[in-house]
Amino acid sequence: MTAQQIIFLIVAAFVLGSGVMVVTARNLVHAALWLVSTLFGVAVIYALLNANFIAVVQVVVYIGAIAILFIFAVMLTRRDMRDSGPQMNSNWWLGALVAALVFVGLVFLLQGWSGFTGTAADLPSGFEPISLLGEALVSPEAYVLPFEVASVLLLAALVGAVYVAFNKK
Amino acid sequence: MSFWNDPLKVAADWLEGIFTGWGMDAVLAHVLVAFLGVLLLIIILMVVDIFLVWIERKVVARFQDRLGPNRVGPFGLIQPFADIIKLIIKEDTTPGNADKVVYNLAPILSMMSVLILWAVVPLAPVMLGTDLNVGVLFLVAAGAIGTLAIIMGGWGSNNKFAMIGGFRQVAVMVSFEIPMLTMLMIPVIFSGSMNMNAIIAAQNPIPFWVLSPLGALIFLIAAIAELGRAPFDLAEGESELVSGFNIEYSGMKFGMFYAGELLHAFTFGGFWAILFFGGYRFFGLEQVSPFLAILILVIKAMLGYWVIMWVKYTMMRIRIDQMLAFNWKFLTPLAFALLLVTALMNALLSPAPTWLYALGMFLANVVTGWIALEIARSATKQERDRIEGPTKTAEAHH
Amino acid sequence: MNEWIYVALFIVVGLVIPIGAIAAGFILGPKKPNPVKESTYECGIEPVGEAWIQFKAQYYIFALVFLVFDVEAVFLFPWAVKLGQLGLYAVIEGIVFVSILVVGLVYTWRKGMLEWA
Repeated sequence: MTAQQIIFLIVAAFVLGSGVMVVTARNLVHAALWLVSTLFGVAVIYALLNANFIAVVQVVVYIGAIAILFIFAVMLTRRDMRDSGPQMNSNWWLGALVAALVFVGLVFLLQGWSGFTGTAADLPSGFEPISLLGEALVSPEAYVLPFEVASVLLLAALVGAVYVAFNKK
Repeated sequence: MSFWNDPLKVAADWLEGIFTGWGMDAVLAHVLVAFLGVLLLIIILMVVDIFLVWIERKVVARFQDRLGPNRVGPFGLIQPFADIIKLIIKEDTTPGNADKVVYNLAPILSMMSVLILWAVVPLAPVMLGTDLNVGVLFLVAAGAIGTLAIIMGGWGSNNKFAMIGGFRQVAVMVSFEIPMLTMLMIPVIFSGSMNMNAIIAAQNPIPFWVLSPLGALIFLIAAIAELGRAPFDLAEGESELVSGFNIEYSGMKFGMFYAGELLHAFTFGGFWAILFFGGYRFFGLEQVSPFLAILILVIKAMLGYWVIMWVKYTMMRIRIDQMLAFNWKFLTPLAFALLLVTALMNALLSPAPTWLYALGMFLANVVTGWIALEIARSATKQERDRIEGPTKTAEAHH
Repeated sequence: MNEWIYVALFIVVGLVIPIGAIAAGFILGPKKPNPVKESTYECGIEPVGEAWIQFKAQYYIFALVFLVFDVEAVFLFPWAVKLGQLGLYAVIEGIVFVSILVVGLVYTWRKGMLEWA
């Protein structure tokens, strides 16, 4: 086992553990903070894959904006930050079974794929992914339409949020 | 290759030689040497931090026409050590109602978020720090962790003042991160890279403050807000929140918040120097020795830190509604306008000779700033007339 | 990948140093807790009610507007990196991209959501 694989396994266990804590923590702010650690672990996995830009964006957007929005939402909506209801309902074993089956199925399917056991290769020197991404985003042969549509999507999200908040007043 | 020309490599090679001589794996030896290097840098930073306490107190004293610490040691230089001893032997109280884990984690994360910023600081031409190709965004990512630490401190203390302070900090952060991100794009456009080293290298003939003086100014304003210093220190708000998010912290936990704030300000002085003032560059002097280059960077960072202190001790704290209005109605639109003007001028002027390019960029910045100020002036005049009536009776009021 | 090892080392050392400082304070300082000392500070009077209370919903609007512009900035960074080598068309695409979002800011402004009420 290479050092990279060991690091991956540790980080993956950390992400899974944090994920379990997100759904089992009784205090909603604690759940949100566990979510932060889950998202941070995912950023580490991106870094392991040599995806520097995505790794940093993961921290900037998911921890810097979305997790803080979650903490905000919890603090704004709940008077009592304790979740008083039971954490599990009577169908928990069904959920666990489905999750286990999906996991086994995915492992079974991916067994034949060569990338499953490989490690991320080092990027060739002089390879600038961010520059290539920037070029792809604006070149007419590539993703210029999705790039502009993303702006419209963000606009729709903003207008929708403001509209909903405004009408509640 | 001598120690004088490349101390880091000489020392690292020497240490790696020793470690591998002990029969250690080459990769492990490399990581261990890197670890020792990081440890050394952070210990030096903590020592610098101790002296920052002295500098800050001395500077604020001069601004307020006082002497500042001057009793303990020459010029009061021993004073910060006395402060630290006091903080260490103070009783470490924890409020009974606090959320213990979150409460104790907050000062640690706060300090960590400042220290990791130095991972992307190029100290000298041969000490490039971490050669991360997303260095500029790394700065924002570390800031996100710092903000999280303040929310955790504010919420974990289970105190009303702390809670309000934490909320206000988020309001400041969510506001000023947009102008900051936008202004970070300007050095990126000029240098064509998000790597800190490439940004410094691109400032070879002309530092970026000449190309974008307005960008440097907006970045400084956003940085001051990110630091939570006056006039944007709403999270602390001594006069109304007593001490805001860190009210329940005592001893070394408070010390971590306080030292973190000072080091953060110094670090952002350094980033200001790197992004807009050429970092360790000073008319080729940085090529003489890395020690000289570090000295130049520290002097530039200190000057930036001094400007931040100057603003802090001159301006009064603004209210949250004023802060939000200033950001969303003035600074954010101005930052977007400046970004687009810079991008447009960059494309139009790229075939022009260097002097014309620089002149055009400078003038574009000045014109953009002037138009923005004129719009703001007429808008505020309208607002004033609406509130006070068109008469001039309120003139003495201003 | 190699660069992240340094960042990881910075995170580790950056956590160990403050933990060490706080631990030193914990070991060297006196420990004489009592209920009054541990009570929540509230300007010298006994605390009234809960501190974990519901907060003003308007903070949330600003956070939402922020989130949208944060994602926008993430899209623009690769554009800014490559801008020097691309022609005028890339600049115009960027202007269109930002202008669409500025419409959102203007809408928010006109609806009065940027006023602190």
